[in-house]
Amino acid sequence: MNEDLKQKNTRLIKKLMFVVLGMFGFGYALVPIYDVFCDITGLNGKTAEEAVQEGVYQVDVSRELTLEFVTSLNKKAPLKFSSEVKKMKLHPGKYYTVNFYAENLTDKKMLARAIPSVTPGLAAEFLKKTECFCFSEQEFKPLERKVMPVRFVIDPKIPERFKTVTLAYTFFDNTETSVKN
Amino acid sequence: MSANVAAHDDHHDHGPEKGIVRWIVTTNHKDIGTLYLAFALVMFFVGGTMALIIRSELFEPGMQFVDPQFFNSMTTMHALVMVFGAVMPAFVGLANWQIPMMIGAPDMALPRMNNMSFWMLVAGVLLLASTLFMEGGAPAGGWTLYPPLVLQTGDALPFAIFSVHLLGISSIMGAINVIATIFNMRAPGMTLMKMPLFVWTWLITAFLLIAIMPVFAGAVTMLLTDRFFDTSFFDAAGGGDPVLYQHIFWFFGHPEVYVMILPTFGVASTIIPVFARKPLFGYASMVYATAAIAFLSFIVWAHHMFTVGMPVAGELYFMYATMLIAVPTGVKIFNWTATMWKGAMTFETPMLFSIAFVVLFTMGGFTGLMMAVAPVDFQYHDTYFIVAHFHYTLVPASIFILMAAGYFWLPKWTGNMYNERIGKLHFWLSAISVNILFFPQHFLGLAGMPRRIPDYAVQFADWNMISSIGAFIYGFSQLLFVYIVIDTIRGGTGEKVTDEVWEDAKKHSLEWTLPSPPPYHSFTTPPEKIPTEHF
Ligand code: HEM
Ligand SMILES: [Cu+2]
Repeated sequence: MNEDLKQKNTRLIKKLMFVVLGMFGFGYALVPIYDVFCDITGLNGKTAEEAVQEGVYQVDVSRELTLEFVTSLNKKAPLKFSSEVKKMKLHPGKYYTVNFYAENLTDKKMLARAIPSVTPGLAAEFLKKTECFCFSEQEFKPLERKVMPVRFVIDPKIPERFKTVTLAYTFFDNTETSVKN
Repeated sequence: MSANVAAHDDHHDHGPEKGIVRWIVTTNHKDIGTLYLAFALVMFFVGGTMALIIRSELFEPGMQFVDPQFFNSMTTMHALVMVFGAVMPAFVGLANWQIPMMIGAPDMALPRMNNMSFWMLVAGVLLLASTLFMEGGAPAGGWTLYPPLVLQTGDALPFAIFSVHLLGISSIMGAINVIATIFNMRAPGMTLMKMPLFVWTWLITAFLLIAIMPVFAGAVTMLLTDRFFDTSFFDAAGGGDPVLYQHIFWFFGHPEVYVMILPTFGVASTIIPVFARKPLFGYASMVYATAAIAFLSFIVWAHHMFTVGMPVAGELYFMYATMLIAVPTGVKIFNWTATMWKGAMTFETPMLFSIAFVVLFTMGGFTGLMMAVAPVDFQYHDTYFIVAHFHYTLVPASIFILMAAGYFWLPKWTGNMYNERIGKLHFWLSAISVNILFFPQHFLGLAGMPRRIPDYAVQFADWNMISSIGAFIYGFSQLLFVYIVIDTIRGGTGEKVTDEVWEDAKKHSLEWTLPSPPPYHSFTTPPEKIPTEHF
């Protein structure tokens, strides 16, 4: 094969390898891009991961929304998990507190994490929590039962089309994998 | 002049090695092409056997032959073997044989890499097959490998993932080779817009491959670290999101289906003009349509995810973008039809398969269009309707065209004529049975039968039975093809074919100007004249 062609091939391979590596990186870049995209657009129903400051809102008594609560366990996590009420009517702008109960069914220490999710996704940014057990990992002593209050408000700016909002929590047993171990 | 050029070729002056060693160390494009094609044909039967296990179990409601876990392994492995072991390697095999001959080159640009990418493919597929014998069974969560389900795979998971890595590296090397060959090895006068469409479609496919295989490799690597190294890319407990996997997967997955169909389009555009005895209608528009499809394929991926709970804006965007793909695809169907229009057509086996492709692929395109409508896809999603859709776009399209390519070029490759009567029998059995096999699956899907289940409600019994009967006829008819291939290699009908094999084929593309069978190194002297019939 002549030298000229060899050189041309080598140069082309280098360029193409650059594309290959770039695309491998792009695959990983999709992870933060996805998070940022969802954050900006609020598409995936994630609520804020930290408590928001307790702001003051004008209570809108003319509107009433239904808020539903769903409690579930991932992969049969050995917990009992429920909420004080299954659903409630509420006014935007007013603060409410709802208790959640979780009980460790094992006689060992357990570290568990609850992940919230709101449906419809676009309503998530209007659900503001000032207190929630989901902000941090929960430590359960053997057979311990916890009462965990969630305090929240629905921002009155929530568009008219949202009549029913569902807040779901899933508890994950992280005892094996937690960094606190 | 010719001695002069040959002298440049330091390692090109000897013939093939003797015996089995020839096939292991070969760097010759024809040998490697043959290896790829033979391997793909074997895998076609391995994957086909799995399909027949699936169809046997579904012949009647109730559990008959296999347990559900193994059934699920079969659906998963059938898809992986067919996609990565049969269809993709078969097209790489065709590329190896045909691209150098079609652009007037002596060989592929990177012969040693060519050998390596073939053996890596074999390693990858063997590794994948070995998972069938592992503790916990082969992967059974579907070829899409969705977490969290796929993370429950037993010992097989890391092996399946490494196998995907190997297959990916092999495809990327193959793609780089194709691009280098097309960019750097074209004969003088063979400008880009004079290249046969098969070469064009492969060039675009190769770019698709180097863009998407790394992304897939990344996605499965994330699965691996999620399972073994405590990362949480897709694990909600650690702040990840399983839906993210679906986005990354389909960013690869949708272009991947076009990797399997674009070279199909290329072969069809090569065969139809020869038997219609007309130039291809709208050569330039074919090139642009291929490029447009390739571009669009990157921005429609979430039509596979209409039901994950995307907001309306997202559903609408992906719905319209997906429908847009039907436009360049329609251009192609139109051009093939216009090529045949008022042509002096004859119906040899390759042409029969190509015509069936145009008709049946169009049906697959239409069901695609139906599923592109987001609200109705909520009904079709994950039912047998989608199974019918993609099998219409893959079996009577990609597979039929691969068969057509076999009949079309085997006489060129071997110098012998195949048996036309058995060829036609193969065609008619395939064309009829493929419809008995897949058409009823539309009805099953619309009636609500989910995909990937080993047992079903009795109301689905009749169509499933018919579908299974079609499957067995189709599967066993393919043995005729094996017979014909072997028979043709060993002398065929005994009739020696001419250089151009098919009437006036020389006017369409360069390979027909070479002797049949062509010399071990294709064009050691560049061709003098480039055929321009396809303008
Ligand atoms: C007009 C062109 C096409 C359109 C509009 C289209 C549309 C779609 C849509 C909307 C789905 C998702 C359905 C669902 O999951 O509910 C789908 C699935 C699929 N399509 Fe197509 N399609 C087209 C052409 C093709 C072609 C050419 C191929 C392959 C050669 C193909 C292969 C597939 C495969 C394999 C799946 C299923 C993937 C899976 O879930 O396992 N499609 N198509
Ligand atoms: Cu798609």
